[in-house]
Amino acid sequence: MSRLNEESLRIANEIINRYPIKKSALIPLLHLAQEQEGWVTDQAMRHIAEILGVTPAEVLGTCSFYEMFKRSPVGEYQVNVCHGISCHLLGAENLLHHAEDTLGIKEGETTQDGKFSLEGVECIAACTEAPCLQVNYRYQNKVTTSDFNELVQEIIDGERSDIPKHGSLAKVRQNISPERLAGIEPVEHAEQPEWLNRNGQDS
Amino acid sequence: MVEPEWARLMTFPHITTSRWEIEDAHTLDRYLETEGYKALTKALTMTPAQVHEEVKKASLLGRGGAGFPAGVKWGFLPENVWPRYLVVNGDESEPGTYKDRILLERDPHQLIEGCLIACYALGLSQCFLYVRGEMAHGQERIANALNEAYEAGYVGKNILGTEFSVDIILHWGAGAYIVGEETALIESLEGNRGMPRLKPPFFPASIGLYGKPTIVNNVETLSNVPWIVLHGGEEFSKIGSEQSTGTRIFAVSGHVNNPGVFEVEFGTTTFRDLIMGDEYGQGIRNGNQMKAFIPGGASAPWFFEEHLDVSLEKSTVDQAGSMLGSGAIVVMDETTDIVRACHNVVRFFSRESCGKCAPCREGTNWLEKILRRIIDGNGRKDDLDLLLDVCDNISPGITWPPKQTTICPLGPSAVSPISSAIKRYRSEFEAYVTLPQTGTSVGIQGGTS
Amino acid sequence: MSETMHSQDLINFTLNGEEVSAANGDNLIDACEKAGVEIPRFCYHKRMNSVGMCRMCIVEVDTGRGPALQPSCMLTVSEGMAVNTESETTKKAQDGVLEFLLLNHPLDCPICDKGGECPLQDQTIAFGPGETRFVEEKRHFEKPISINENVYLDRERCILCDRCTRFADEVVGDPLIHFIDRGNATQVNTFPDDPFASYFSGNVVQICPVGALTAKPYRFKARPWDLEEIESTYPNPLGDRITIQSSRDQVLRFQGLDKESVNWGWLTDKDRFSFQAFQSEYRVQEPLVRGGGLNRPDRNGLGLVASSWSNVLTMATDAIKQTVPDRIAVIGGSRLTNESQYSWTKLAKGIIGTDHVDASLGDELPPQAILGLPKTTVNEVCSAGNTVILIAPDLKEEYGTLYIRLRHAALENDVKIIELSPTETGLSNVAAITLHPRPGEIAKVVHSLLTGEGPVEIGGIPKELILQAHELVKDRDLKVVYGKQSIAESDQPIIEALSLLKRNPNSKFLPLVRRGNAMGAIQMGMAPGLLPGQVTLAEGSEAFNDIWPNLPNKQGMGTEEILQSAADGMIDVLFILGADPLSDFYDPELVEKALTTVKSVISVDLFVNASAYHADIFFPASAFIEVNGSHTNIEGRITPIRKKVTSPGTTRPDWMIAAEIANRLDHDLRIEKPEDVWGELSPRSISHANVSMDSIGATPEGQLLESTDVIELEEIEEISDTRPFDSYSLRLVLAKRMYDRGTVTQMSPSLKEFTGTSQLHINPTDFKAMGIQNGKPVLVTAGDRNLTVLVIPDKRIPRSIAFGYLNQTGEDLRTLLIKGADSIDIRIDPTSRVG
Ligand SMILES: Cc1cc2nc3c(=O)[nH]c(=O)nc-3n(C[C@H](O)[C@H](O)[C@H](O)COP(=O)(O)O)c2cc1C
Ligand code: SF4
Ligand code: FES
Repeated sequence: MSRLNEESLRIANEIINRYPIKKSALIPLLHLAQEQEGWVTDQAMRHIAEILGVTPAEVLGTCSFYEMFKRSPVGEYQVNVCHGISCHLLGAENLLHHAEDTLGIKEGETTQDGKFSLEGVECIAACTEAPCLQVNYRYQNKVTTSDFNELVQEIIDGERSDIPKHGSLAKVRQNISPERLAGIEPVEHAEQPEWLNRNGQDS
Repeated sequence: MVEPEWARLMTFPHITTSRWEIEDAHTLDRYLETEGYKALTKALTMTPAQVHEEVKKASLLGRGGAGFPAGVKWGFLPENVWPRYLVVNGDESEPGTYKDRILLERDPHQLIEGCLIACYALGLSQCFLYVRGEMAHGQERIANALNEAYEAGYVGKNILGTEFSVDIILHWGAGAYIVGEETALIESLEGNRGMPRLKPPFFPASIGLYGKPTIVNNVETLSNVPWIVLHGGEEFSKIGSEQSTGTRIFAVSGHVNNPGVFEVEFGTTTFRDLIMGDEYGQGIRNGNQMKAFIPGGASAPWFFEEHLDVSLEKSTVDQAGSMLGSGAIVVMDETTDIVRACHNVVRFFSRESCGKCAPCREGTNWLEKILRRIIDGNGRKDDLDLLLDVCDNISPGITWPPKQTTICPLGPSAVSPISSAIKRYRSEFEAYVTLPQTGTSVGIQGGTS
Repeated sequence: MSETMHSQDLINFTLNGEEVSAANGDNLIDACEKAGVEIPRFCYHKRMNSVGMCRMCIVEVDTGRGPALQPSCMLTVSEGMAVNTESETTKKAQDGVLEFLLLNHPLDCPICDKGGECPLQDQTIAFGPGETRFVEEKRHFEKPISINENVYLDRERCILCDRCTRFADEVVGDPLIHFIDRGNATQVNTFPDDPFASYFSGNVVQICPVGALTAKPYRFKARPWDLEEIESTYPNPLGDRITIQSSRDQVLRFQGLDKESVNWGWLTDKDRFSFQAFQSEYRVQEPLVRGGGLNRPDRNGLGLVASSWSNVLTMATDAIKQTVPDRIAVIGGSRLTNESQYSWTKLAKGIIGTDHVDASLGDELPPQAILGLPKTTVNEVCSAGNTVILIAPDLKEEYGTLYIRLRHAALENDVKIIELSPTETGLSNVAAITLHPRPGEIAKVVHSLLTGEGPVEIGGIPKELILQAHELVKDRDLKVVYGKQSIAESDQPIIEALSLLKRNPNSKFLPLVRRGNAMGAIQMGMAPGLLPGQVTLAEGSEAFNDIWPNLPNKQGMGTEEILQSAADGMIDVLFILGADPLSDFYDPELVEKALTTVKSVISVDLFVNASAYHADIFFPASAFIEVNGSHTNIEGRITPIRKKVTSPGTTRPDWMIAAEIANRLDHDLRIEKPEDVWGELSPRSISHANVSMDSIGATPEGQLLESTDVIELEEIEEISDTRPFDSYSLRLVLAKRMYDRGTVTQMSPSLKEFTGTSQLHINPTDFKAMGIQNGKPVLVTAGDRNLTVLVIPDKRIPRSIAFGYLNQTGEDLRTLLIKGADSIDIRIDPTSRVG
């Protein structure tokens, strides 16, 4: 079963309620699906389409536009070596080749045991820390080849609990208790907010 | 080396980065201890119009790339159309750019406070904080901060006991540079593919999110707002130069001794200060010579040694033929293979083209392929002219600011590195080119039988 | 943004140095075209929102700040604008774009279906670079993939203009094809294993500017330069304008024709691909008779054997001569052209002398409800800011192109649709509000809608919802689009509702008829008590007496009564004119009995359909692509039908068959060609006064009939009482689907598969509450009738409603109908089945 499970559905509903138009929740829901399975399955896309009242083709259209969504299984650890210009200047290609040799796979591939996938990616906004990489979107800065070896070993040895499995993007989610929610105005027929008329002295 | 005037440089206050050194500044407690949410409290004692006025007086230029004055942009909202939205651009993906992520990770409440003030001033009904997907840590910090702020009554219903109510919704991106472009950002926020809309008619301030008036501002831009409200727009405008006021955060990366992210006075500081100054980049690594530097993110045409004394002022840099863009300075020293560096940047744009416009979708890809071919030793003599002609078809005239046959500036951005590099280092390209001129190229009839 | 305003004011702009004028608000690309300068384009399509995607149309535009390159498809022309479509800069930019578009485009023009009519090819020949500087490998995709039964997609040829995807999403609301992936890898595709299941998919083939989308039924059949074409009308209720394209006397394609008034170039797949049916091997090409005939073999095993024209004509006229006019009846005629309809009415009423003539099959509203209300047009209904009351079957199923027009009006033209429909329909998601009146109770709902008065619940709808709708309609001039929604409901409630709506003096009405030229049939008097030109038999006789010698003097029977008396042995000769009552009339048992009782059943048709199977004599008729004539659509718009190919075998136009029968009855019908009809009719009919064959074809939009106020819908005094609804039952709705077992679908190989199986759809909550097991047929009863049929949960069905499509394979849902009932309640027993 790779439709959204009950827990994901519960979160999904919370998320949907934060947007005036349901379809806005599409990307967050795809993240949820990816979190559940490690990748986005066709069944999950169909399920999301159902939930949001759009067609599966529309879900796929959006899903396939964004690089973070994987539509086939990837490794438990997605290693993204940055090859943006700053990292390029400081040896990103070397690092990437080293990573290929170490993991025994080419860029874009997954190790046979399903542990690692490797990708060369565009700038990840850590340019002063070049060369850098992300494992499941957790940064590793100024990575030397031996740093890389160490990192891989630590992951294999289960010593990197700071890196969650692929898909779980953020460990902290936004929660809004219903009492605190200001409330979503409908896209049509909303009125001017009251405070705009205030004279500013009443607080 | 000439001693820089550090004394002068140090007189300006740190506005956006003031809490970066504080380990737990991202928590609500620490934020409150360091003047946090005072600006909001103050704003709520003012009328919305007064708050807007302060931001106008500050002449706060947008920090996302285009450098448009925020106060003026805010004034573009049509009257009497509701709902209207605030969309925060936290999609930071321009190569070399690294500032919004730190602002999100280290001082999320400052941004939240800025958003609240903007919503208050403009009567915005809802705020969406679009944060680049790959920034997991930033997502967590901002989620945490929002959760705290909601519970403590700073965000949500009846903020600080007033009738001012607004939700701030954290929205995850999912990996697409183009989504940083504001209309693509809006598409993405609507659950669509991040393909830019054409302006006109889709200027977000009039037709934005869900077709409603929308203000799109960069993370850094809004992070300045609490300070402006607290100290007054005028105070802000006294910092920096006349046209480029306040401070700005620059990331200096590449071949410098001390790469880093620095808040400097806007307008008055020079590239030399930033790249060479002891407080900042501390000069080129290994005592090497500089070959080129990118002054404002990968989209910007390159600068060279002779531009070092240009000041970090929007108009000055524009006049010198490039842009400050997103505050990303990437330094290349003499060891840099200029052709490969050029290819690297072009590859970026080719990979990140959304695919909407033929010239960008096909053109950037073609440029990348030609450069790849050159690097692989299969270049021909006329490839340089071909490169430039393809560039010309994407960005007619190859001028600055660029003209474009495309919808958004991404396509023309791929032209910047090529024109810069060929102009200055043509010989390096030629050295790669091994194959002779082809004369007439292969004679395939274009698309006809 | 599409052009919504039709402002009269002109503005001036400079085009290539010359001062020209344009309509204020026009797109620049259109303004230039009107001024005689065609700007190349690929993504722009005037019936869809501009996206400015291909960049081909960029031109230099100066609005006072110096010339800049701008996509002319995204720019509104403005006063003083200087446009240069020929400057060096413009040319260079356009050539550049063309080169970009060709980089990855395969050079397979010689084998491409689009070759010869391909804008990309035309552009390349006209302006293209001639040789490519692109030495790298082109993008590769699997060669044509099938995206549904009718359409192939070749992604290598695609230039990503967004036309097909925009069409699917914007125009028809079926976003089942989409851009997938990004940048240079972008492709159009469906979701894996989800076909492009749209009723309108063929349109994407027509609008694809390259050969990426091709139609399977047309594939490799011909090259554009071998095609001849003629403008005509598809004989469906809207009268969609088409071109018929043929090669070597064979029709190969129908293409939508973009005129302002009706279909805007769009067609449903059912109509577009129906050309296959007319060439079907099952098409009857010679006369047939039951039994011995000329001792010819019964090749089809139908009991009908081939005969000769003279034989069948003699047999038919003998049958007529052997009885009296009152025992002769004619059912059907909606398939015919106006001219053939006139001819048959004249034959029946004027020569044979029977008024038992009815084109309706019991699923249309009565003529007074169709003719007797102030008329409007499709364009008028769709005009900006209108309020439309929609009391109709699902337009997406039955009136595809009208669905498109109304959808556009709602989305782009601020037209507010107040939909009153027993279930959700294709338009519900663009309607301003949808109310679901229970069948039989629509008059009460309309009353409350108009007055804002009523109890807490009206016809199954909470009053608050009706009040919301009331706010939208009060004080507004209404445009009412109406038709019979379900055959499980009597006409009375709708007639009463219409009568209420008519009280608003500014309301205007657009009636929906079910069959092709049913409007023409009524206009031509193919109903009991009517004569051509919207007059009654009583009032019109005088005008026609001179040329219709045997006009009966009392009103005859309608279809239902005809069938009843036929079943009772009171009819000796029954003509069935291009109709299939056995499949379409609500009481098949009655039809069966009638057909087996009548002495001579005479069918005039293209195929031996279920009813014609019972015929004693079969006249093979020509299809609309084989005849000249005209068509009347629901607006009363007459447009030409033009012959493109030779009628196969010895088939003949319907009017000619009528003329020959008349001849054998020793009468001259005086119709030797379709034109003759107008010679007779225009002097005698006020509404057709200015119509002639020439005038019909003379204007691009055809000719609108004048409406007369001879026939008027009667005022009602009071709304009839309705049967109380018991909450243990479900109220039945039976409607049509686009694809059914009708001959056009069945005889078109690529459409046939789309017919579904009979089942009843009910609300998921009801489904659950009843404890129905998924996938198991259950016993359904209505009074003393019952049926075992599959029942499925369907969100589009409101609670307490059971919905089914007619004429699908499997069980015949008409079994549940009770004669004379104003509505029908059914019960479902989830546990038992009829053994
Ligand atoms: C290709 C492209 C990428 C962009 N990326 C970003 C970005 O990552 N972050 C950002 O704030 N602005 C980005 N922008 C600029 C935005 O379109 C927009 O101008 C900005 O968010 C406005 O905010 P500001 O006025 O506060 O600067 C980008 C623009 C383009 C054309
Ligand atoms: S220029 Fe490139 S990125 Fe921008 S809209 Fe066009 S195709 Fe997309
Ligand atoms: S026709 Fe204008 S951009 Fe395609």
